[in-house]
Amino acid sequence: MPVIEAHALTKTYGELNAVDGIDFEVAPGESFGLLGPNGAGKSTAMRMIGGTSLRTSGTLLVNGLDPETHGPEVRASLGVVPQTDNLDPELKARDNLLMYGRYFGLPYSYLRPKADELLEFAQLTDKAAEKVDNLSGGMKRRLTIARSLINDPSVLLLDEPTTGLDPQARHILWDRLFRLKETGVTLIVTTHFMDEAEQLCDRLVVMDHGRIVAEGSPASLIRQYSTREVLELRFGSERNAALVDRLRGFATRIEALPDRVLLYAEDGEESLAAVRRDGLEPVTSLVRRSSLEDVFLRLTGRSLVE
Amino acid sequence: MSATTVRPVGGGVRGWFAANSSGNVRAVVERGFRVVGSQNWAIIVSGFFEPVLYLLSMGYGVGALVGDVTGPGGHPITYAAFIAPALLATSAMNGALYDSTWNVFFKLRFAKLYQGMLATSLGPLDVAAGEIFMALFRGLLYAIGFTAVIAALGLATSWWALAMIPVALLIALGFASLGMAVTSYFTTFQQMDWINIVLLPMFLFSATLFPISAFPEAVQWFIMALPLWHGVELMRQLSVGHFEASTAVHLTYFVALSVLGIAFTTRRLRSLFLR
Repeated sequence: MPVIEAHALTKTYGELNAVDGIDFEVAPGESFGLLGPNGAGKSTAMRMIGGTSLRTSGTLLVNGLDPETHGPEVRASLGVVPQTDNLDPELKARDNLLMYGRYFGLPYSYLRPKADELLEFAQLTDKAAEKVDNLSGGMKRRLTIARSLINDPSVLLLDEPTTGLDPQARHILWDRLFRLKETGVTLIVTTHFMDEAEQLCDRLVVMDHGRIVAEGSPASLIRQYSTREVLELRFGSERNAALVDRLRGFATRIEALPDRVLLYAEDGEESLAAVRRDGLEPVTSLVRRSSLEDVFLRLTGRSLVE
Repeated sequence: MSATTVRPVGGGVRGWFAANSSGNVRAVVERGFRVVGSQNWAIIVSGFFEPVLYLLSMGYGVGALVGDVTGPGGHPITYAAFIAPALLATSAMNGALYDSTWNVFFKLRFAKLYQGMLATSLGPLDVAAGEIFMALFRGLLYAIGFTAVIAALGLATSWWALAMIPVALLIALGFASLGMAVTSYFTTFQQMDWINIVLLPMFLFSATLFPISAFPEAVQWFIMALPLWHGVELMRQLSVGHFEASTAVHLTYFVALSVLGIAFTTRRLRSLFLR
């Protein structure tokens, strides 16, 4: 039985279709990513899974139960890391973990050692008696993640888990999440960091304007929507656009940006050699592997989403 | 497609409880006490002084000008003894409404406290009931304190004055449950200001500081429809131990207000917490 089954899931705020009829399933133990620009509907989808946002139409089952009619029961096996930390500012760090566990109806005999273990996990043991307001942004984030694990959830919902963290903290977090995944926890992650999605997700969907526009593993999405390599050429901002027609023959697909031209090709070095043979000498050139970011930008566009 | 949309919904009261509660109101109350325990007691005590200051300035300041007034049952009482029970009723109202409107609004919109709570097994019913309980607990502390002040100043002339404490809780419950339901309709601070726009005139004109007979009859009827007047009259009768048929009416009014308020809040729970 899938952990999550969504069919034609829709959430409308007035005129706006925040989530516009999406279908997806998540298998137990899978690490599933929801990618998309701001306002694509990722967080709304997450809140509907937890039953804290009521859907407009469609069906949704979490562990076989509808979160709207069995909210408390569904959430008993969920861990939620919201996009913005909502720690209890009136409680100390360790008390945040204890009280959160109490909300699940768990006894102190279980919670006391569990809270200490999670403080250790989040590397916050020496901050246990600190007020939340005195913690740094990274510490708050780690405490929020520790808090989400207090009930030993079988499904962990992570809404942009590493936003605002420094690289060290991100890598530690990825490592912890990977270990959780190894123990069989299902991870559902929203992010707009493509490296994070590549690190964490077995499978992902790309959302845009409330709809799913692509689905697959990171590698298969790159195969499907991009080439193996990308050649980035800079000719100076005046010449880039003018050279597009002349470069067209050297790549599967070409994209002219104000500062550079991107040539999508199977073999970037070979394309670069061909460009040079044609008598063109770029100011700088770079050959790199295609990434999920290329897929993402192709699917959701380069213009700013407000 | 839309015609085939399936929404399995648990039926009846049981289904409603499964959707909105895990029966763990205790955890919300526990959190409340933990916060009270770690808070600066000066903040809590400050709320107690407001009616005391009113009583001292109006009761004894204005009271010196006014002299005795007609109390319940037509017996003359001092002006301070006349307004003291009214101030207790008003304080119960203000405290309960502050907790159930501004506090709930702030924790919902800005502190995101409920967002965190509702990501756990807690349902909206648990959160609402726990918060109302905490509001009543605070009201209880203030009611005990103010009743003690009234007694110490010799403004209560009957043992029935002790009953003002549970009645203050009833008044608080009526206002708190209504206030929480009303808050579910508000999304901005500007809208929240409407609460004060209603409360201040209600305090000034509900026969708190002078008898209702000062108004023309039509206005009297309007005031008698408002909840605070019933609270004020009820408290006044208790403070001197004078009862008449209207006592039962006032009590019934607040029992009904509480029942309606709780039903109303229950209906609005999902609009309030699950937007």
